[in-house]
Amino acid sequence: MSRIIESSLPNRNRRRWLLGSGCLAAAGLIGLTRKSQAAGGKLRVGMTPAFLHDQHSMLGEWRAFMAASLQRPVEFVQRDSYRETMDLLRLEKLEFAWICDYPYLHLKDAVRLLAVPLYQGRPHYRSYLIVRKGDTQTRSIADLSDAVFAYADPYSNTGYLAPRYEIRQLGRDPAGFFRKTFFTWSHRKVVEAVASGLAQGGAVDSYIWDTLAHVEPTLTARTRVVWRSPEYGFPPFVAHRSVASADFQLMQRHLLDTARSEAGRRLLGLLHLDGFTIGSPALYEGVARMMRSFGEA
Amino acid sequence: MRWLFNLSFRHKIPLWTSFLISVSIFVVGAALMTRAYQDMKTAVVISAGNLAHTLANTLAPALLHDNVWRAFEIARSPIRAESAKTPVAVDAVVVLGRDQRIFVSSDPDTLPMLADAATLGPDWLQLSERLGTPSEEAWPLVLEPQDSGYLYLILPIADKDAQLGHLVLRYAKSVFHPWFIDTIWQGLGIGLLVLAVLIPINWYWGSRMATPLVDLAQRMGMMLNSVPDPLPPDLYPYHDELGQLFQAYDRMVLALRDKAALEGQMVKSERLAAIGQLTAGIAHEINNPLAGLMTTVDTLKLQRNLDPRALRQLELIDRGLMQIRDTVAALLVQTKVQARPLSPHDLEDVHTLIQPQVSKRHIRLDWSAAMPAELPAPASLVRQILINLLLNAVQAAAEGGHVSLWLGRKAESASCLSIEVRNDGVLLGDEQLEHLFEPFASTRPGGHGLGLWVTYQIVTQLDGRIAARNVDGQVEFVVNLPLGDTPCSTASP
Repeated sequence: MSRIIESSLPNRNRRRWLLGSGCLAAAGLIGLTRKSQAAGGKLRVGMTPAFLHDQHSMLGEWRAFMAASLQRPVEFVQRDSYRETMDLLRLEKLEFAWICDYPYLHLKDAVRLLAVPLYQGRPHYRSYLIVRKGDTQTRSIADLSDAVFAYADPYSNTGYLAPRYEIRQLGRDPAGFFRKTFFTWSHRKVVEAVASGLAQGGAVDSYIWDTLAHVEPTLTARTRVVWRSPEYGFPPFVAHRSVASADFQLMQRHLLDTARSEAGRRLLGLLHLDGFTIGSPALYEGVARMMRSFGEA
Repeated sequence: MRWLFNLSFRHKIPLWTSFLISVSIFVVGAALMTRAYQDMKTAVVISAGNLAHTLANTLAPALLHDNVWRAFEIARSPIRAESAKTPVAVDAVVVLGRDQRIFVSSDPDTLPMLADAATLGPDWLQLSERLGTPSEEAWPLVLEPQDSGYLYLILPIADKDAQLGHLVLRYAKSVFHPWFIDTIWQGLGIGLLVLAVLIPINWYWGSRMATPLVDLAQRMGMMLNSVPDPLPPDLYPYHDELGQLFQAYDRMVLALRDKAALEGQMVKSERLAAIGQLTAGIAHEINNPLAGLMTTVDTLKLQRNLDPRALRQLELIDRGLMQIRDTVAALLVQTKVQARPLSPHDLEDVHTLIQPQVSKRHIRLDWSAAMPAELPAPASLVRQILINLLLNAVQAAAEGGHVSLWLGRKAESASCLSIEVRNDGVLLGDEQLEHLFEPFASTRPGGHGLGLWVTYQIVTQLDGRIAARNVDGQVEFVVNLPLGDTPCSTASP
């Protein structure tokens, strides 16, 4: 971080001298710097545990496909928690990112909605409440009171916000509902935690659980989906607000066109997605409502 | 049990050594196995200690920040698949919090999170009590509860000086056993291989040593009845105590043989001497009346008025008496004659005298007489000996056969006159050799059997020795006569 500030200082000073001072102007200047830096330059895309981001060969293929299509160098920046990717976005170290809907709402002042993946033809997904295969008693989250529970990530909707909201709906305090909770920092690891018996229950992204059921059926076979949440807007691709509109449109067009090419369809097949749509912030109203109930946003 | 000790050395040596080899291999094997088991345990503890330190260090931050999943991933990392079980593969990794509840374990099924260690079974109760009582333990603590299939290694998890909990590594001893049994089978295989090599060598070596011993024992057993043969020289060609024993045995057998031969000789001499005395006595007893009888017959023959018939009868009696006198004279060998030294002429005479017989039977005669001008031996007696022996040989030899004479002094006994007469006739049998020099013991039809008796008498009266033997397919007579007063050192050839 310090390296970037240093390198941008001369520029910044010059422009400050030209345009006068002011917080707003400075912010605009940083954006300007970013834009000029990004123009024809490298595009950095943050990848989060919103999907199975540990399929490295698929990621490599996707990055190459994207770079070839955009005719720009593309870098995928992987972080193991939403928090880190969110920080990178805030620090403008990323132009684009695929994040969960919950962080999107957190960052909605800093980012713009770029595109929403289509899962099973629709830009929606759910939260699954899973238990171990052998557990035949549990019917809802209410039965898991006093259990050890695995959350995915504190900034995950389906892996944290949704189950807590559900507990809140039961009239209980999520903070004391379970005997113990912990974060696995990935949906996939929630499935592992429940499958191995470390946790008696877990909340997981429906898209990831369903994909895992294809990719690693032996793992999901050791778990059972107890409860399905209502639909939420699918984790979106976002662009930092400072991204030049040309780049924004370039990337948006690329994503929307993915399903049109053979290579793109192949990639979408690997991702278990059907394509991308422009989407609308209104998709995320349900999440926003839950956040409001916790006094967030 | 006694029969075991009574076994022949042929079996006892290989049996005992095989037994001892087997026992040694077994004992050494067992010692190595025990050692291997201890080593394996030590290896497990060392490996567990290393693993525990690494895990404890990486677990400390996870424990400090209550990062369950991270701790679980760390705890699970050393656990291998079922197929890859080795004795040093950890069976379970358990992180105990300060409250001795399970913070996380590699096996949540049996060791669930938040469970109180003391409630997990006797092993864990013991472990929990041990951790509950503060003591000056040296870490890592190795715990091997009785009647338990597990071995536990415990290390505290600490950040700086704050104790966060304990790391427990559990090792299944049941994994040791197949591995250990493998080692036993391997050891057993090597042991059997060594046995397979050593036992045949040992049997060979044992029988190599035992065979001469057994042979020796058999021969010693026969010793009372007869003198046994010496051992074959290549039976045991070494010079250890056993070899020395066999050599001593051989020397003893040879000494016994010489003794027996000497005794046989003595018995024979004594018998001949007794016969000599008896015949001399009888001859004297006959000679006295015989002289009277012959004088009377002579006197009677001188009477003029004898009718021719009576005269014929008297002459018959006279011839009979003369025959008795001759026979008795032959038995009564007289050597007390005036001695003339032996000269080469005597030998020539003998040669001439036997020539008719030699020619008649077409005998080839080898004559080898190394004679100085004169020898201090009684000439007439030596002549008689020579004539007797040579005529005997000529008669014994086959028609057209071969007779040889050697006469002279041998280098090793210069004070002796040696006479060797050989013929290629029928060899002498044992019975014949035994009674050869007795009177009337003729070896051929037509002989009166007094020639050798007379020769023997002459030789013994001259303090000499006579012997007969079969040598190189020939019959040999050897006579040694002392020249002067020194007795002959070589009694027999």
